[in-house]
Formats: sequence, C-alpha cells, structure tokens
Amino acid sequence: MNPSADAALLETDATSIEQSAGILARARIEPVGDRCLLIRLGDTVDLATNRAVHAVTALINAAAADDASLAAIVEVVPAFTTVAVHYQPSRCPRVGDLPSVHLTRCIEALLRQDLPDVAVEGRVVEIPACYGGDFGPDLDDVAERCGLTPQEVIALHSGTPLTLYAFFFSPGNPFAGPLDPRLNVKRRSSPRTRVEAGSVAIANGLSSIYQSASPGGWNVIARTPWNLFDVTAQPPTRLRLGDQLRFKPISPTEFADLLEPRP
Amino acid sequence: MNVMTVERPGMLSTLQDTGRLGHQQYGVSVNGPMDEWAHRLANALVGNEEDAAVLECTVTGPRLHFADNTLVALCGARMRITANGQAIPQDRAVLLRRGTVLDVGERLQGARLYLAVRGGFAPEPVLGSRSTNIRAGFGGHAGRALKRADRVLVGRMSRDLPVLPIEKLMVQSGMPIVLAEQVDVTPPHWRGNGDHEDDDTAPTAPIRFIPGPHWPAFTAAAQDQLTTRSYTVTQQSDRMGARLSGEPLKLTAPLELISEATAFGTIQVPPDGQPIVLMADRQSAGGYPKIAYVASADLPPLAQAMPGDALHFKAIAQADAELAWRAADDRLQEIQTAATRVLHARGPSTIEPTQSQE
Repeated sequence: MNPSADAALLETDATSIEQSAGILARARIEPVGDRCLLIRLGDTVDLATNRAVHAVTALINAAAADDASLAAIVEVVPAFTTVAVHYQPSRCPRVGDLPSVHLTRCIEALLRQDLPDVAVEGRVVEIPACYGGDFGPDLDDVAERCGLTPQEVIALHSGTPLTLYAFFFSPGNPFAGPLDPRLNVKRRSSPRTRVEAGSVAIANGLSSIYQSASPGGWNVIARTPWNLFDVTAQPPTRLRLGDQLRFKPISPTEFADLLEPRP
Repeated sequence: MNVMTVERPGMLSTLQDTGRLGHQQYGVSVNGPMDEWAHRLANALVGNEEDAAVLECTVTGPRLHFADNTLVALCGARMRITANGQAIPQDRAVLLRRGTVLDVGERLQGARLYLAVRGGFAPEPVLGSRSTNIRAGFGGHAGRALKRADRVLVGRMSRDLPVLPIEKLMVQSGMPIVLAEQVDVTPPHWRGNGDHEDDDTAPTAPIRFIPGPHWPAFTAAAQDQLTTRSYTVTQQSDRMGARLSGEPLKLTAPLELISEATAFGTIQVPPDGQPIVLMADRQSAGGYPKIAYVASADLPPLAQAMPGDALHFKAIAQADAELAWRAADDRLQEIQTAATRVLHARGPSTIEPTQSQE
C-alpha cells in the first residue's frame, strides 16, 4: 500500500505560519469509524499543508496532556494532508453528545486558537545513498521515462533537500518531498516482490526509504547504508517529521564502510 | 517467578496487550488483539487490568506447562481444552496447580483463542507495549510467535493484593484444578433500529458498517452488492487484514488519493474491487478508497471468521455504531465487576472444585 499523490498538484513554496493559519480555518473534521476522527487540512501534498499538519498535531498533543475534555485522545497521527485523532469513547462524557460529536466540538474549539510556533524543526540531515547498479535497479528506467541521463536523475534527486512529510508503511519508513518536477514518475506497473532494506525509491513526486525488505511498487534508484529505526531509542526514528533530507551520493566502497546493522 | 513453558506452540500464538499506542506517527503498527472482546473478557475473568498481555492462539492451540499455581481464563474461539487430561471450561477462571499441562485441542468454532493468566504475561515492554509486532520483529516474546521450549514469564500481582480464596482452597484441598464461580459473560444484546428479528450477537448476524468517505464514489451496484451479497474470507487473510472475495466493488471513476490514517475496521477497496478489512496489524496509513468502516462492536466476530466463511454486511448510522460500542464497553465493565467480586468472595459456596481424575 503505497501513497499516491498527484505530482501535478505538488507545489514548491515558501510558507509562513500565517499561511498555515489560513489552512487551519478551512480544516474539516470527519469520523473514521467510531473511535477515530480525521482532520483534513488540504487536498494537495505541499509544504504549507504539511506544516499545518505538524502544527495541529503538536497543538492537540499539548492540549490533550492538560485539558480534561481531550483526555479521551489516545494517539494523534499526522499524514500528508490530514491528522488522525484516535480516541477511547468510554473516556468521553456519557451525557449529551455522542463521543465523535463531543470530540469534534472540542477540537474545533482548539483549532480556533493560535497555532503554536513549533511547526518547523528544520534540521538538515545528509543521508548517504549509493545510486544505480544493484543498489538502484530502476535508475536507468527512471532516467529514460523522464528524458534525462542517469547522472541528471542523481543530480536532481540529491540536489535539493526534501521535507520529511510522514512515516508509514513500516517502522521509520519516511516519505519526503517535493521532488523536482522533472522526476515525475508513477509507481512501477508491476511491483517488485522484494525491495531490499535501505532502498531509496521515488514515485508520484515523493521519495521514500524502505526501512525493511518487503514487496514494493516504487522506483528504486539508490540504497542507503543507514538504519533508520531503533526500538531502544526515543524517538525510535533516526529522522524526524519536518527534517530536511539531503541525499549524498556515495560509492559502493563507501556504502560498505558505512553499512549499519539492522536489528 | 512463574514461568510458562511451551511444549507445542500451535499455528500462530503471539502475546498481545491492548496495543502499541503513540508510535503510529513513526510508522509503527498498533498490533494488539484481533478480538478485543475476548481479550478484555479473559483479562477481566482473572482479575487483570484491561491492558495485560494475553496469549492469542490462531486456529490450532498450544500445549503449555506452568511452573507455579496459575489462574487462567480461555475466551474467544471454542476449542477442546484439557488440564492434565481433564476437560476444563472456557469463559471461566480456572486455577491450575503448579506443574499442570494445559493442552488446547480440536477447534470447534471461531479462529482465535485468548489465554489470560492472572498477573499477565510479562516480557519486557518495547515502545511501551508487550504486543508482538511480527513484521518488524519486536515486542511480545522475542518479537515473534511462540516456539517449542520457549519460556515466558508470568507477571506477579502486586504484593498488597490479598491471596485469593480460590488459591487457599487449592492448598487446603489438594485439588489439581479448581474452578472459580461462574460469571455471566453474555455480550450485550444490542439491536439496530427497527430490526427486531435479527440477533446481532449471533455468529451469523451481519457485520455492521458505517459508510466511509468514498462510499459515494462507488457505483450504485457496488453499494448494493456490499449490503446484499455475501463476501467470503480468503486464505490470504491475516492479522493485517481480512481479505474478502466476492462481487468486485467498482468505482464510478478512478480515484487518486493521498495516503491518510486508517483505523481498525476500515474497509478499503484496491483496484481489483475485492475489499480488505484492516485489522490489528494494519499499517498506520493507506491510500486505497475507503468504502466503509466496520462498527467496532462487530470486529470480534470478524476476527473469529475462518477462511471460507461467508460474511454479510449491513449499513448502520454513525450514532448506532457508537452506541453499540458503548454497550460493549458497559457490558465488559459489568463483567469485570462481577468477576472481581467472585474472585474475592469468601466461603466454600463460591468455589466449585472439579473431580480429580488422578
């Protein structure tokens, strides 16, 4: 289950908290079954929307810690354009509105406040990646489909930092963007039955890193020797939401030197 | 400390507490029990906290040895279960003398059996939970399903808790097995609006769902099929999702979606039109159209469905799903209270020792 984001809708933009606040005013809340709500903050995968997503996540987490009306919330999960709020209905008031309605009103009230100024973490992380060959079996194919040389694909992928929008698919598996529009490829028409751990892959305007070996449909152009997830660390991810990821091309020899064990 | 030794593991036996919350933001699945009702019921019957780790056994059960006296309860799927060769009941707390071998035999009904032990299974929590994440290989017992000769620690109840009358009785009587007094464990009898004929708690009752955000994007025929045709649970089903097979559910037009959060019970429809109900090991986000959400109250029967079982679905309103879950929560609260009372009641009248076969 890979994400699909329409690359045509991707934008590169310089955003501010004010823009995020505008996004907040258009937030829509809907139930996801009977134990979760989804806050929709936009319809396109872009930096402004994703920043609002991270800001709203921080806002709800902070409020849930000390606001009794939000005590039912058990987990807040940010994605590209949405924030999921998982809750335990039995912790909502018994009288009055049903849990989903009660919690929707509480969150609406919360979103009328100012956004906290914690949206952008802004770390720049340089991730070593060995492009092409066995490590990036789809590099030549991607180049051909984009009308570029493999060297140009590497230059475009590693040339500008990508913002880490969300983790999912497997523990610590990051999704970052926006990719340069010239790297506009869809998923492979037939998914690979095995993509190696550490594979750096692109599709639909995003770049991801397979944290564990698994089947996958994205175009694998490189592999990083880094392990990105450690259950003994807090947080368990090496990367953080909002990080600026910059891929640094390395040789197969450097890859071997830098290779980290995966527990 | 009490130790459970695995003499035979069964097909897929994993430790599960209520799930690993707080880490979906890092792409970590929640895990936890497939059948939340049976998990909570088993814990309630032995006087555990709701989030204690229990053993979830799929399709074929294990054979287990306990080093110390152990109060157990077995809920969920119906199976033939013996302790030192003697049949023991399910849905009831049973005290096993140290050295007893618990053997789970033939499956009679349902897919997943839950074994709770008083004090809970006590592996070191990982990321705040004792649930097993099989795919990522962490949590539970060594991050995997149990194997033969595994030794699993059983937790100790806190020291200030009194010794239970049933434990004293075992010491005094010399009985190998003592049953606690029975507690009424019937699930809530919840009815949909106006449907007086249906028994919604029967195994054959339709699985109730709330139409999802992409319900309108499906054809009228698809909406009709989901509520009138049966969908069969396939062999490809696992803890991640119940993969169903039936009349393909078609969209009126292709839908490009941005991945977003999923929940336990989300029914998503990949391009082949065969619905998948996301279960305990679901990913934290997904990008397929979501035709519906299974009401939480009806996830337990889905978790107990076997490959080949035909399921029927029925649409209900959001409010009805929430009331059904509240009824389940309330009922479990009642059972927990009754179970606690029974475990702490004094006097021989509350205890029903079984006949020893030795």
